[in-house]
Amino acid sequence: MAIGSSRESHGHAPGRMGQGSVTSGVEVPENTILTTIDSVVSWCRKFSLWPMPFATACCGIELMAVGASRFDIARFGAEVMRFSPRQCDLMIVAGRVAMKMLPVLQRIWLQMPEPKWCISMGACASTGGVFDTYAVVQGIDRFIPVDVYIPGCPPRPEQILRSILDLQAKVQRGGTLSGLGLPELIERERMLEEKRNQPPGFALARERGDEDRFGYRLPGGPGTLGVDESR
Amino acid sequence: MSTATNQATDPHAATLATLARVFGDGVFGMSHFRDNLRLFLPPSRLIEVLTVLRDECRFALLAELGATDYLGYPGWTRARFEVHYVLLNLDTAERLVIKTGVDDPKPELPSAVPLWLGADWMEREVFDMYGITFTGHPDLRRILMPDEFTAFPLRKDYPLRGRGERHNFPRLTREES
Repeated sequence: MAIGSSRESHGHAPGRMGQGSVTSGVEVPENTILTTIDSVVSWCRKFSLWPMPFATACCGIELMAVGASRFDIARFGAEVMRFSPRQCDLMIVAGRVAMKMLPVLQRIWLQMPEPKWCISMGACASTGGVFDTYAVVQGIDRFIPVDVYIPGCPPRPEQILRSILDLQAKVQRGGTLSGLGLPELIERERMLEEKRNQPPGFALARERGDEDRFGYRLPGGPGTLGVDESR
Repeated sequence: MSTATNQATDPHAATLATLARVFGDGVFGMSHFRDNLRLFLPPSRLIEVLTVLRDECRFALLAELGATDYLGYPGWTRARFEVHYVLLNLDTAERLVIKTGVDDPKPELPSAVPLWLGADWMEREVFDMYGITFTGHPDLRRILMPDEFTAFPLRKDYPLRGRGERHNFPRLTREES
């Protein structure tokens, strides 16, 4: 039961059941399950996500619809919406985030216990949407880590359910007892950390597409984070 | 005071008669737009005219207080900022718009809070968005933008996308959060 080996086991824990079999020379008796602790823990986590609804706009209405009986997020084990971040492990940011609200958002994110995930729901939370003004943050992923993005204005409830499923897959793939995330996430975090200590306008691009905002090319040409965007 | 027939044709006749009786001519300019009557005042006469309107013409409610920045407006010759007061007479439902202009570099107006308490937050909003200070306001600070905001975002020389305020936050990474 090696910690960190869950990536090889490819989810769908607890695994083989039934006939006794021989695994690498060790006889496994009947009615015995072989898996990794990582895999079991991830399996437990992914079916008991407790969302923290950070609903600031009309996306929040769709989020309520997902929680209600017609779409019923309880089918995926994520129905326990808690309004205290201390009890949650999934933040769903639904709606635009004003620059006055962002310190609140960051504080709530910091208050959530590990392990935690974040869904950026809708065009406004992901990119600022049509609100390209001084007061609205252009994508929350500039300031907090995001696991799954949902497009739409607002997204259909089915899309939110899909994002829960995607996140469950991600949790199953990436979670370990020792708290390491997905390899691509770690890579991205490292890049963000490098960029943070650069003076405004001097951020380094790791790969093609990073020059602007991590894959999203601004129509007005490459942007420089943190400097005057008044062009 | 005016006659009843006069009032039927012009709802502002009584108000204008009172103002003419108290102040005489030449204090305010006048213009009409549809059924609105707008009076233009110099800032120095603002409070006394508003006081007469409230006390003698019974405009008990300050329905709206706002401002406009006319920087770069085609053909504009008056002061850069214009502050408007929309008054409502609760007895006759008469509405009256009072306008006054203030100019750069230090736009300043007397506060209307002593007349209508409802002017409190509206003047704070005008201050927040345009930087027009209202002397005599009991608590003039920002109402919508965060306290550490330094610009006045509804001024025409402020860029729509701001001066980087919306990016001026620490980035939280997963490793440290």
